[in-house]
Amino acid sequence: MHSTTNAQPRLTVEALQKSFLLHGQGGIEIDVMRDLSLTLHAGECLVLAGRSGIGKSTLLKMLYGDYRIHQGRIRLHFDDGELELESLPAYAWHGLRRDVIGYVSQFLRVVPRVATVDVVMEPLLARGADEHQSRQRAETLLARLNLPERLWQLPPGTFSGGEQQRVNIARGFIGEHPLLLLDEPTASLDAANRDVVVALISEAKARGSALLGIFHDEEVRNRVADRLLPLDGSLGACAADTQENLS
Amino acid sequence: MKKPALERPVLLDVQDITRLYGPGKGCEEIDFRLHAGEVLGIVGESGSGKSTLLRVLSGLEAPDAGRVIYRRLSNEPEAARQVNEPEAARQVNEPEAARQVNEPEAARSGQHVVDDDEATSDFDLDLYAIGEARRRALLRLEWGLVHQNPRDGLRMGVSAGANIGERLMAQGQRHYGRLRETGQEWMRQVELDPGRIDDAPRTFSGGMQQRLQIARTLVTRPRLVFMDEPTGGLDVSVQARLLDMLRTLVRQLGLSVVLVTHDLAVARLLAHRLLVMRRGRVVETGLTDQILDDPQHAYTQLLVSSVLTP
Repeated sequence: MHSTTNAQPRLTVEALQKSFLLHGQGGIEIDVMRDLSLTLHAGECLVLAGRSGIGKSTLLKMLYGDYRIHQGRIRLHFDDGELELESLPAYAWHGLRRDVIGYVSQFLRVVPRVATVDVVMEPLLARGADEHQSRQRAETLLARLNLPERLWQLPPGTFSGGEQQRVNIARGFIGEHPLLLLDEPTASLDAANRDVVVALISEAKARGSALLGIFHDEEVRNRVADRLLPLDGSLGACAADTQENLS
Repeated sequence: MKKPALERPVLLDVQDITRLYGPGKGCEEIDFRLHAGEVLGIVGESGSGKSTLLRVLSGLEAPDAGRVIYRRLSNEPEAARQVNEPEAARQVNEPEAARQVNEPEAARSGQHVVDDDEATSDFDLDLYAIGEARRRALLRLEWGLVHQNPRDGLRMGVSAGANIGERLMAQGQRHYGRLRETGQEWMRQVELDPGRIDDAPRTFSGGMQQRLQIARTLVTRPRLVFMDEPTGGLDVSVQARLLDMLRTLVRQLGLSVVLVTHDLAVARLLAHRLLVMRRGRVVETGLTDQILDDPQHAYTQLLVSSVLTP
C-alpha cells in the first residue's frame, strides 16, 4: 500500500469537459472530453491510457493552462489551502508554471540558435538560481541522458527527434516540479535512454512529485505507473480511476 | 508543501482607453492591468490600433478618454521627481559635454520629495494628469521605449557610448570614466564590440543598431519597457539572437514589458500573456499558449490558423 494513499491528494480533477468550437469550419463543435475526474497523490505516477485522439494530451494541456478550462474543476492542494485552476487569473499562471507545474511536451519549442545547455538550464535561472550551479545541473542531466557533450553548446534545432526529446526531458525534469506532466517522453528513445527516463521518474516520485503521464510504450508504462486511468472512447464513461495496482 | 505566492502587484492600470483619429481608426475602450514581471504582448494586424494603444500607454499621446495609472511601490523614490528641470538634462547629450563635465557623480539622494501636487496618497501616477515635464522625466528615467526603427530611438550623430550614457547623465551621473565603463559593459551585454564605443550608430548594421537602442534604453534599469515590433525590420538570422537577448534581459533585470508585434512566433517566445486586437478593440486575452493553441474568438482562430510554418 502506498504510504501517501490516505493523505490529501496533490491534484483533484472533477467533471472536466472540453470541446472546441471551430468558427472557420461553419461553427462546428468537437467534443473531446466529457466528465473526466481523477485524483493524484504526491509520490505517485498515474498513467493515462487509451487510443490516440481520446483526449489524453488535451487533459495535460488543460492542467498546464495551455487549453482553457470552461467546465469542471481542477484543484491543487497544499498544506495551507488549495488553488482552483479554472478561476486562476492569467498572471498567476506564470509563477505556478515556474514553481509548481512542470510539463514535458512532445515537441521542443525554443528560441532558435540558443545552445542546448542554456535551453535546459532556463527553468532554474527563471527562479533566480545561480548560473554556475544551474549549468552543472543541466550538464549532469544531459550526460545522464547520453547526449554527446559536443552537442551541448549547439542549438537543438537541427538535432534528431530522439536528441531533441532528450533535451526536452532534461529541461522538463531539471526544475523538480511538485506536479509533472509527461506527454510521451519516451516515444523516440532507444532502450538505454528509456531506462534513464524510468529512473528519472522513480527519483521524482521518491522526492514526492506527483506525475501524470502518457506512455504508449507498454513496457515503460508498466515500469512507471502506480495506477492506470483508461480514457474511454465513448467520452462519457472515462470517469473513475481503476485502482489497479501494477506493481 | 505550502501554497505558492502567485500574487504580483499591478504596475500599469489601463482604464478604458479610447483614442480615435476617425471612425474605426485608433483604439477603443481598452482596459487591462499589467502585473510586475509580466511580458504582455499586443498582437493584431496592421491597422488594428495596437501602435496607437502603445503610444497612449507610453506617454506619447493623450487618450480621448480613459486613464493610464502607473502604480509605483510606496517606498520607491520617483527618479523623475529628482530632476527639477528636465530640459536642462536633455542638453547634456553630446559626448563633448560628457568630457567637460568631470566632477564626481552627483550624489543621488534617493529621497522621495513630497510636494503638494502628489497624484494620490498611494504613490500612483495618473500619466496624463501629471504635468508635461514630470511625464517626460518619468518616460526618460523610469520607463523605456524601444522603437521598431532604431533610428527613432538613437541619436545617429553621436557615438554609441554617448547614446548609452545619455539616460544616465539625465539621472545625474557625470563621471566620464564611469559612464564610459558602463557603456562598454552594456555593449558587451548586448553583444556589440566594446571597441566600437566611439563609432556613430550610422556605421552599425540594422541589427547592431537595434541592440544599441536596447542598451541605451535598459542602461538605467527601467521597471517598465514598451517595445514596438523590436525585431520587425531585422533579418530572420538576426531576429533569433535578439529574441534570446531580450528574454535574458527580461529575466535578469526583472523587467515588465508591453510588447507590440504582428508576429505570433515572436509573441510565443517573448510574451507571457497576449491581448488580441482587431479594428481598435481587444477581442481576446489570455496566456500566450491559450491564445495560440486554444483560440476562442473567430478572429483569433483565423489569425492563428493563417500563420505559415516552414
